[in-house]
Amino acid sequence: MNITEKILAKASGKKVVHPGEIADANVDMIMVHDLTGPLAVEAFKKIGIQKVWDNQKAVVILDHQVPAESVKAAELHKIMRQFAKDQKIRLYDIGRGGICHQVMPEKGHVVPGTVIVGADSHTCTYGAFGAFATGIGSTEAAAVFASGKIWLKVPETIKIKVTGEFQKYVTPKDLVLSIIGKMRVDGAIYKSVEFAGPTIKNMSIAGRMTLCNMAVEMGAKNGIIEPDETTRKFLEDRVKTLPDFAALKSDKDAKYSRTVKFDVSTMEPQVACPSSVDNVKPVSEVGNIPIEQAFIGSCTNGRIEDLRLAAQVVKGKRIKDDVRALVIPASQEVYKQALNEGLIEIFTDAGAIVCGSACGPCLGGHIGLLAANEACVSTSNRNFIGRMGSTQASVFLASPATVAASALTGKITDPRKLEAKV
Amino acid sequence: MNMKIKGAAIKFGNNIDTDVILPGKYLILVDPNELAKHALEGLDATFPEKAKKGIILVGGKNFGCGSSREQAPIALKYAGVKCVVAESFARIFFRNAINIGLPVIESKEISTVELGDELAVDFEAGKIENISKGKKFQADKLPAFIIEILADGGLIENLRRRKNKK
Repeated sequence: MNITEKILAKASGKKVVHPGEIADANVDMIMVHDLTGPLAVEAFKKIGIQKVWDNQKAVVILDHQVPAESVKAAELHKIMRQFAKDQKIRLYDIGRGGICHQVMPEKGHVVPGTVIVGADSHTCTYGAFGAFATGIGSTEAAAVFASGKIWLKVPETIKIKVTGEFQKYVTPKDLVLSIIGKMRVDGAIYKSVEFAGPTIKNMSIAGRMTLCNMAVEMGAKNGIIEPDETTRKFLEDRVKTLPDFAALKSDKDAKYSRTVKFDVSTMEPQVACPSSVDNVKPVSEVGNIPIEQAFIGSCTNGRIEDLRLAAQVVKGKRIKDDVRALVIPASQEVYKQALNEGLIEIFTDAGAIVCGSACGPCLGGHIGLLAANEACVSTSNRNFIGRMGSTQASVFLASPATVAASALTGKITDPRKLEAKV
Repeated sequence: MNMKIKGAAIKFGNNIDTDVILPGKYLILVDPNELAKHALEGLDATFPEKAKKGIILVGGKNFGCGSSREQAPIALKYAGVKCVVAESFARIFFRNAINIGLPVIESKEISTVELGDELAVDFEAGKIENISKGKKFQADKLPAFIIEILADGGLIENLRRRKNKK
């Protein structure tokens, strides 16, 4: 079996599972946030059960419309605070956590080998730690609150084998955009995607999270990476007891529906052009695209490593006059680290605005929406029509280095060329 | 619930994402009828007007991709969508639709349907009839437990019924 099959077999009390069969899995952790939680709470109340099945296995994180940007949002937050209080569930309120997918592993809620569901499509991020993690809807979350179980069709698995070393200013984000460009947005529909190979072994946790985070953008049920020493180092002070990682490796004879190989050694920075995440081009082929907004943040690329990279590009320079640059650290922990490292000062001096941790403009909820005919280059994960505001705006997805370089020039720019010029 | 659904088709293409089905800025709305006013606003602002008499929504591949927002199928359901037939669905949308009692079914041959065709979808048999064109074709039959959830009107109603039976 591969790692995904091993986790689902264990969770459903079976020795072996095969793709296509339905696993009735025990859930080890569930997360809901301020936009999916209220519907889940309402549905949970309708089921007529008083208490969640295990209040130690549920987490509520307020991160989308935070701080409340409207009275309606404030009402949603109030519902979630009350629910967390009534059920004695861990709540990460405004100022205490940040973006759910950053907070979950940071605060030790992600354990390798476990089954995690979250009422958010980017829950697949936790596969970076060798967990089976997938997004669900609100009603499904209510059912999990009630029963602690979920039915899952055991997926076929696609193996993505990555070799080579990244060039300077080419990042895991460029790799995952390149993968989605090749696989297409429905290339992994209903399937598991396992990232493997020497490049993945050498990759930081931040990079692995970026890869697994965007697995859903090719339709995948989950993205996953075998846990290793890098995983252990990140989690050992955050998780009480870590499982034996030896049981979380794909067998040599594990089955894959296909294996796709990528070599990053000659890869250039990549850009996903409007309005589909698979409309991916190398930055050299994007052409002259003026931008009005640059956004560095989100659950895809708002980590300290991402902010360091962006700061390295903008340090001592000024954001182009007609561009507004937004930087949003993925969590309070990241924010504090960025503050300690002087990154916030670098961004502020360059003329960027640094906002409090939130999902923000990524989903067009609030903070930095786009007007008609404006373009934004963003480190986030989706560029669909209307994603960041007006349906007439356009969104280009790229790495923190490319977004930072573009903020300086006012048009989509290869960060390697910018450096050569200076 | 009658698991045979009839209605005229409104057709969209491949990869219809949940941001065009229900833009993120409306996720703070809680009333399903308010959500319905913005159904498919990203592609056609007049969709709720067209759908209100009750229609069958036809999609291509990967229908409902993107966000896990359950407000997307809720908006479609309350706008008047009686069921969705597509070549394939994004998995979270597929589950969400079933869980809120909006029937969904896959058919590889659905691309032959044109705007306005009168369709009859038999969920239990996994068959679709294009009444306007006089054609019948196959759909992927749903497992019995999913038919049961749909027949109950959604997962919550299904759980309540099963709980009360115990």
